[in-house]
Amino acid sequence: MSDFTSEFWTWYISIITVVSILACGVFLWKLTTRKLAPGEKPGTMGHVWDENLEEYNNPLPNWWRWLFYITIVFSLIYLVLYPGLGSFSGTLGWSSVDQYEIEMAAADEQFGPIFAKYAAMEIPAVAADPQGLKIGENLYLNYCAQCHASDARGSRGFPNLTDNAWQYGGEPETIKLTLLNGRQGIMPPMAAALPGEGVKDVAHYVMSLSGMTHDNLRKTRGADLFQSNCAVCHGADGTGNKMLGAPNLTDDVWLYGRSESAIIETIVNGRNNVMPAWGEFLGEDKVHILSAYVWSLSNQ
Amino acid sequence: MAEQTFHDKIEQNVPLLVILIVLVVAVGGLVEIVPLFFQRSVTEPVAGLNPYTPLQLEGRDVYIREGCYSCHSQMVRPFRAETERYGHYSVAGEYVYDHPFQWGSKRTGPDLARVGGRYSDEWHYLHLIQPRDVVPESNMPGYPWLAERELNSTMTPKKMAALRTVGVPYTDEQIDAASKQTKGKTEMDALIAYLQVLGTAVKTR
Repeated sequence: MSDFTSEFWTWYISIITVVSILACGVFLWKLTTRKLAPGEKPGTMGHVWDENLEEYNNPLPNWWRWLFYITIVFSLIYLVLYPGLGSFSGTLGWSSVDQYEIEMAAADEQFGPIFAKYAAMEIPAVAADPQGLKIGENLYLNYCAQCHASDARGSRGFPNLTDNAWQYGGEPETIKLTLLNGRQGIMPPMAAALPGEGVKDVAHYVMSLSGMTHDNLRKTRGADLFQSNCAVCHGADGTGNKMLGAPNLTDDVWLYGRSESAIIETIVNGRNNVMPAWGEFLGEDKVHILSAYVWSLSNQ
Repeated sequence: MAEQTFHDKIEQNVPLLVILIVLVVAVGGLVEIVPLFFQRSVTEPVAGLNPYTPLQLEGRDVYIREGCYSCHSQMVRPFRAETERYGHYSVAGEYVYDHPFQWGSKRTGPDLARVGGRYSDEWHYLHLIQPRDVVPESNMPGYPWLAERELNSTMTPKKMAALRTVGVPYTDEQIDAASKQTKGKTEMDALIAYLQVLGTAVKTR
């Protein structure tokens, strides 16, 4: 089926295009074929400027005239070989999509075996392979460094991948799952559930878990509040829950900063963090190698 | 000589000269532009394409106002070098609700045609406030005022009504509810909402 709403457009384009090109040829031929007889002086264009300034009407030089004819012949050949006249696709059958598919197929042939080799290996084995690790690093720098930084140490709100503290688990297959499907980390705002000094008390209890300097009285008051409000996700001992992505609060790794004010901000406003999914865009083979690189950052 | 007199006639008759010039100059447009309005792949939306929500639409206007198109294109070309980095190449049906489209012609920064879902909202926020906070080698300017400026929500329904006249299928209910959705939002919220939807209609790689 033609892409046009009506066949009329194919004829419309073809006729105007071909007639225009041929008209150029006829025009050129009519105006330039007459040669001067030997000894004949060229006439003038019939205009006189500035008292006596006139313009000769010389025939065009042959090299120029022939170049023009060649462009006309070229255009007609082009229109036969390549798509140009409406829905006529040209005798070569070329299309930009086909050209792209060929380019992709050639790349698949070249790189496919390499990806297949690593896809068949376990993630730790890929990480132990210097070439696999190098490919992983290239992928990482292209697709991951924008958030997790080129040294993989992250920044505020973007996890450090080198410290072996994992919100969702650091097993090779879990890392791969995180990369494939992304993660949606949600800490609900708790201000309403912790009235009065509650927020600050819980904050100090949380600070005590990882050995930060804290107010002992607040810590004691916060302990009960923690058990009734926070332990569901973060666990009774505050070590977190990797199924939910609830961070371990006892390890002194702080995604949003190691300070009383940052912890209070988190408790009051909650947090919404997203790791985008990469499976669809990168494909499983690349994610596999990427997982090996990320895993290697904290396991070698 | 016959062609000389014809030449003289055209040269000395200005209306005739004008008509013939217009005819000659119009050929390119008649052949290359006019048929596009009757081509399905150019005039029909791709499957899954939705008109911009009121907030995304306002974000698009922020994008245009700040001149993002000066440095960012929105057009992934069908080359492997581009699709590896950005995703599936762009197709014409993705732009039918864009008036005007933001293809751009210069890539000082990366192409944004498929930036939707690539980063978290939080990342976009930090990046727009101060790009070097997340990408140290970036030469993009920061846009911190976007987070402080509130949208003018009274304009949203008018913009949607105007777009409807050029073919974006907004319903009356959507237009009526528009102000409510943009009220109290900042320009930053709108721009991020816009960026997060870019290129998400075409899913396959």
